[in-house]
Amino acid sequence: MKKDDVPQDRARAFEGQKKAVYAVDDDGRYRIVGSSGWEAEEVVLDQAIAHFEQLAADALARARQGVTAPLEYHMYRQRMDLTLLAQCTGFFKWRVRRHLRPSVFARLDDRLLERYADALGLTLSQLTGLPDDD
Amino acid sequence: MTTEPFEHRQTAHCESGAISALLRHAGLDVSEALALGISGALMFAYIPLIKMGGLPLIAYRSPPGNIIRGVTKRLGVDMHFERFRDPDSGMRALERHLDAGRPVGLQTSVFWLPYFPADLRFHFNAHNIIAYGRDAGEFLISDPTLEMPTRIDAPSLRKARFVKGVLAPKGLLYFPTRVPESLEARDAIRKSIKRTTSMMLHSPLPVIGIRGIRFVSRKIARLGRNGTCDEEENKRFIGHMVRMQEEIGTGGAGFRFLYASFLQEAAVLTDHAAYEDVSRRFTDTGDEWRRFALWSAKMVKGRMAMDYDKLAVQLRHVADLEADAHRQLRRAAIGK
Repeated sequence: MKKDDVPQDRARAFEGQKKAVYAVDDDGRYRIVGSSGWEAEEVVLDQAIAHFEQLAADALARARQGVTAPLEYHMYRQRMDLTLLAQCTGFFKWRVRRHLRPSVFARLDDRLLERYADALGLTLSQLTGLPDDD
Repeated sequence: MTTEPFEHRQTAHCESGAISALLRHAGLDVSEALALGISGALMFAYIPLIKMGGLPLIAYRSPPGNIIRGVTKRLGVDMHFERFRDPDSGMRALERHLDAGRPVGLQTSVFWLPYFPADLRFHFNAHNIIAYGRDAGEFLISDPTLEMPTRIDAPSLRKARFVKGVLAPKGLLYFPTRVPESLEARDAIRKSIKRTTSMMLHSPLPVIGIRGIRFVSRKIARLGRNGTCDEEENKRFIGHMVRMQEEIGTGGAGFRFLYASFLQEAAVLTDHAAYEDVSRRFTDTGDEWRRFALWSAKMVKGRMAMDYDKLAVQLRHVADLEADAHRQLRRAAIGK
């Protein structure tokens, strides 16, 4: 990649910052050039974010209907999935899956809830609640 | 150890950037590209057994930690590593090092670093940053992937250093304790090239090295032919592959340009012009990786008709170029 070909597509995700990429200058020497982002990279990043947002929105709708626990919504909201949440809490996956059932989640004691709250970076009341309807 | 002020420099990749900065501060000028090259970390790996968000692990470099260990071992640098069972003692140890005027590398989770742009924060637990001081209850941070030094509050840093799960940092902090007086890179460069090329050319596993690139090429070709072709899932796989290749911390094109830059430096350091020629071959592979990324993104976005064969053929082309480049490099380094 030549230095003039370094993409400057002003990726939204970069929030005005630049990342360093290696490109060759006019003398054929490599040097670090700042890039404000590449559209191709932005497409696949947006795709990954949209995937979590979709899962979170679905979980939120189901949590409001009472068919899943708020935990599922918060899990996706924090860009985790079942495997990752299990790893971060140290619970087995089957146990996390069980805790996603509203009736089970409602009866969890604070000690277990703390583990989830800690892994997700939330307070207990955030964890057991859902965002207001807008 | 020096008590010079710590100098922040932005680099393409966090681990090579962090170790380069720490070594420079200790008096050994090792560029990021040299650190990556000498560590022998360049590779390709497709590991379907390890899943991230339901998608297989795809890596363009060897596992986290290998760059730091590889480059320091080959250059004869002594490193000190500390891990902690208890977050409190981990934070106290960090404060002690900083108060003694010693910058240290830290392993952190990107997701919990508040200074990082929100859309770039995913659960990756092996992001390397440098803490070089503290002020008013905050830590002064040099994050190699950012343009400027930054700051972080203690609770956030604690969270980022002590997340659990895969690649859990366990508060890892590290710094060099002894560096050689001058850079003796000739041997290290030759050894590392031998290692990198044999991993890429003669991998014993079909999913590692150039065999791995061909493996994924065949997988992508099959995506289109499956009776149960789920286009959304397929797009996620292809997008994931491109993300691993292009996202912050790869230098773009899955480290290939960074490696080409290493070879340019190696040519000068060892007075061996052949490396300069091979460097251009690696630039070509990087350019073709980027073409793969561009087409993939267009297909994911629907701006180009989804064509799995086109992507598979391009990946095969990349594999051919990489095979040639690594063979030429091996000849240049060890004459066979």
